[in-house]
Amino acid sequence: MEGDIVQMGAYIGAGLACTGMGGAAVGVGHVVGNFISGALRNPSAAASQTATMFIGIAFAEALGIFSFLVALLLMFAV
Amino acid sequence: MAEEAGTGLVFHPMEPFKIHPLFGDGPIHWYTPTNVTLWMFIGILAITLLLVVGTRGRAVVPSRVQSVAELAYGFVHKMVEDVAGKDGLKYFPYIFTLFLFIVFSNFLGLIPMAFTPTSHIAVTGLMAIAVFLGVTILGFVKHGAGFLGLFWITSAPLALRPLLALIEVISYFVRPVSHSIRLAGNMMAGHAVMEVFAAFAPLILVSAVGIAVTPLSVLAITAMYALETLVAFVQAYVFTILTCVYLKDALHPGH
Repeated sequence: MEGDIVQMGAYIGAGLACTGMGGAAVGVGHVVGNFISGALRNPSAAASQTATMFIGIAFAEALGIFSFLVALLLMFAV
Repeated sequence: MAEEAGTGLVFHPMEPFKIHPLFGDGPIHWYTPTNVTLWMFIGILAITLLLVVGTRGRAVVPSRVQSVAELAYGFVHKMVEDVAGKDGLKYFPYIFTLFLFIVFSNFLGLIPMAFTPTSHIAVTGLMAIAVFLGVTILGFVKHGAGFLGLFWITSAPLALRPLLALIEVISYFVRPVSHSIRLAGNMMAGHAVMEVFAAFAPLILVSAVGIAVTPLSVLAITAMYALETLVAFVQAYVFTILTCVYLKDALHPGH
């Protein structure tokens, strides 16, 4: 019986951890949105900054991936 | 994890990531040939075919395969030069190897029934730790104790510097974790989403709701597949460019 409650907690925790991905979605959207608005103001400078945009996306996305990792750990490791 | 829903649908989202021996069912040792070994070998074979056999002609006007190889070479070469600078080009062969291995693993993994080596943290973790250790050792060899200046931000007010140094040290040691999990997580999550949609597809056989759900899930698999094709390239690009950024930090820790 006790094991069942622990497992229930792990599953609920995994679901809650997935809400962190929403934060990463906001972050990535913010980065790309600002890149586009900047690129439309100065299209000639946009091509040289795509690498910077991808680095920004990667950093924002990493934190969402961490929440995915926490969910996976709760599902399979705990 | 395999759970059977009440409707008779079977969900196996983690099934494609199982490692099993190629021959027989014995226990897996470090020397056992598994499906990971097979798909890594296929990837390396494809890279060898592209770069060695494809460019064998050394034509001035390149053939189609040769121009693909030249395109990949030029793409990564420019990336290293732009991000890490001219003196980073010494480490270009390693970065090009990483890029080709990741991009070929990702794309070969998109073939149905194929295995994606990069969806395992063991594989990406090894690559990320190799980059982390290599870059750290390189930084200390090139700059000695001056490499620690990376954590001591001289442009910040003096009172803030210890706090910033703490944050910088933490973010430095989180690098290999985020570097590896980003690639593995993206590949694994995308494939698992396709598996979940694929489990909904046969609903039409067991329930009337399937008339609406089945076409939707087939459409969703198609859309996810297109997105995964993009993600397969973008993640290889991101892994490579972050390697270049870390290399730049080791070569020029001042800024």
